[in-house]
Amino acid sequence: MNFEFSDEQLMLREQARGFLAQHCPPAVTRNVLESDADYDAELWQNVADMGWMATTIPEQYGGLGLSYYELAIIAEELGRVVAPLPFSSSVYLATEAILQFGSEQQKARWLPLLASGEMIATVAMTERPGQLSEHSISTRFHEDTLTGQKQPVADSAISTLIIVLAKNADDELVLCACDATHPTVVHSSLRSLDFSRGHSAVQFNSSPAEVLTGKTTDWASIQELLDRAAVLVAWEQLGIADVALEQACEYAKQRYAFGRPIGSFQAIKHKLAGMYVKNTLARSNAYFGAWALAIGSDQLPLAAATARVAAIQASVYAAQENIQTHGGMGFTWEFDCQFYYRRAKLLSLAIGSERYWQDRLVTGLNNQTPNAA
Amino acid sequence: MDFNDTAEEATFRNEAAAWLANNQLTAAETQGLNRLQIAKLWQKRKHDAGWACLGWDRKFGGRGASAIERVIWDQEESKYDVPSRFFVIGQGMIGPTIMAWSTAEYCERFLPKLASGEEVWCQLFSEPAGGSDLAALRTKAEQDGDEWILNGQKIWTSGAHYSDYGLIVTRTDPSVAKHKGLTVFMIDMHSPGIEIKPIKQLNGESDFNEVYFTDVRVPDSYRLGSVGQGWQVCLTTLMNERLAIGGGGPGADVKLAIDIARTVEINGKPAIEDSAVRAKIAEYHVLEAGLKYNGYRAITALSRGELPGPENSIGKLVGAPKLQSIASFCMDLLEEHGVLWDEAQPLFDGLAQRSYMGAPGLRIAGGTDEIMTNIIAERVLGLPQDPRADKGIAFSDIPTGGH
Repeated sequence: MNFEFSDEQLMLREQARGFLAQHCPPAVTRNVLESDADYDAELWQNVADMGWMATTIPEQYGGLGLSYYELAIIAEELGRVVAPLPFSSSVYLATEAILQFGSEQQKARWLPLLASGEMIATVAMTERPGQLSEHSISTRFHEDTLTGQKQPVADSAISTLIIVLAKNADDELVLCACDATHPTVVHSSLRSLDFSRGHSAVQFNSSPAEVLTGKTTDWASIQELLDRAAVLVAWEQLGIADVALEQACEYAKQRYAFGRPIGSFQAIKHKLAGMYVKNTLARSNAYFGAWALAIGSDQLPLAAATARVAAIQASVYAAQENIQTHGGMGFTWEFDCQFYYRRAKLLSLAIGSERYWQDRLVTGLNNQTPNAA
Repeated sequence: MDFNDTAEEATFRNEAAAWLANNQLTAAETQGLNRLQIAKLWQKRKHDAGWACLGWDRKFGGRGASAIERVIWDQEESKYDVPSRFFVIGQGMIGPTIMAWSTAEYCERFLPKLASGEEVWCQLFSEPAGGSDLAALRTKAEQDGDEWILNGQKIWTSGAHYSDYGLIVTRTDPSVAKHKGLTVFMIDMHSPGIEIKPIKQLNGESDFNEVYFTDVRVPDSYRLGSVGQGWQVCLTTLMNERLAIGGGGPGADVKLAIDIARTVEINGKPAIEDSAVRAKIAEYHVLEAGLKYNGYRAITALSRGELPGPENSIGKLVGAPKLQSIASFCMDLLEEHGVLWDEAQPLFDGLAQRSYMGAPGLRIAGGTDEIMTNIIAERVLGLPQDPRADKGIAFSDIPTGGH
């Protein structure tokens, strides 16, 4: 039994933590939060220099050819610092979509640019409020052009490539790649809960596009794309959950009320222990998700949904109770508690809500549980 | 990450599995024996082949096995329906305490018979006045030459009625602070003056006893640690409790909930299709899977020679309330039929009802939910202890609310 990262992987974690402590202190996230910028371009370049976007891209396409364990570790560290970067859009979703659905020629064209960080890409799926499904897609792909509107699309204004979920003339699902900078593609900035990440409404007006032709697109394959992203987003959420707990503990030890540290009151103590329990369960479930993703297990649908649900619960709870533990100071603009509160909810809605993943979890469980004799 | 054994672990597992496959008790051997006699027979067989108390030194009846080998053995043994609960407290908690605090002579006297199952031990800690606040115990021990005279009452003692020996913590000095006036002894449970009464639990079963002590004499040589050092001795026992108490056998779980939800209907459709039912099942699976993979991480740490720490309190803290909640949920799915607990026509083996009725005890035994939460907060997260109203006060001056 070896249910732990390797020594090299644990070293990567240490290295990533040290790197981000230097290059992404809270002031970097705050700068993006307080400006009109969608991301921190200098940080993106620094992270690209570290090769993080290239992690799982095969060497033949200019990547590092490492495993999803390494990417999970990087995701957790980016979560801990609430990095103001389009990393999840470009790496967990767009790069993954091209890896899975792209033709050989398409991979050779885009993956090297994504690996080096020269290209930022994103994925555009949802169009209207409510659950994403094959019934909720109206954007059309017809005669090599896209027409329709997607919103919200994360990071589209800084992307040069958008992977768009659309339907063709025969009403079949297709994933199309579209030049995000083409004049017919109109990005209208939308304010979101987390202004350290940019969001837009994207209008496609007969915009030139091409179908990713490596693999047939059906709803099941889209769900698989989401499953894979769910594991990586779960690790990012885990980073948020842990930092929120650490901050809450630190504050509870220092802050005195009624003549004693507030962390000595069971009302606070039990709250923080509750955060620890949720975080620990989420971490163990995320380990299993990383394993299933890394080895390509057929248990991935259940493993990913379990990791995702646990990570949503842990990160949202930790972020909100961190503020509660800080009292009034936690509700101020000056304190960093808001970063985690914003980002935890953003990531919890990014690729399907808790309810969506609970449903998917039970589908996976039902498929894996034999009928009682 | 991989879930496979190392080469050495695989060799050990094969050896254990082969022995287990070839040495099960036969129906002829167990005919006419009660559960305790069967357990003793099985323990003796394991002991004689070198499969008892695996982590103990050979001279005490063990085999000097590593922590991961113990886990592997437990995994293999749990594939069989073998009786073992009679020895969990003695071998898991008391044996290590004797090893840490007693003389070489007594280790050689008591440990081998504990390992072979010949002698059964019980733990006499809790009292009516001292549960979560264990150190509030009042059973008195007074020195009389080479002996001590014990008077008082213990409660929640598992197996007192079939135990040969016990480990008892007593108050030897009420004039000093609570934790300072305690002393621990080994005690012969057949001594004159010991009276044992079973406690009938709310589920109708009797797993525990009250034990009364009236002028019971214990030799001074049976003392563990020095006079007044009892609290430290108790901590050795309690630290091992974390390792000794396992999952607690079959109970209501996600599999049961799915079985029921596939069978019963809501609005004319299988309950498993109902979104509220699905959300609940997902919640429970997150807990169950989280604990399972936590266990894998703990085993990995053991395999690397790391010792389990207070973070392992999470298993019982999450598992016991989850059992209670999922049992209740399973009964809800059955609607009014959920109340039925009839052995003649059990619904889904009566597992939900049995778990529901047993779960309140699990949330209390071996550290209540609240105490486990304090342990996580204080020992894992490093939060400060509550200020205590009894701190620095002589035990005899501590308010008791009239008890």
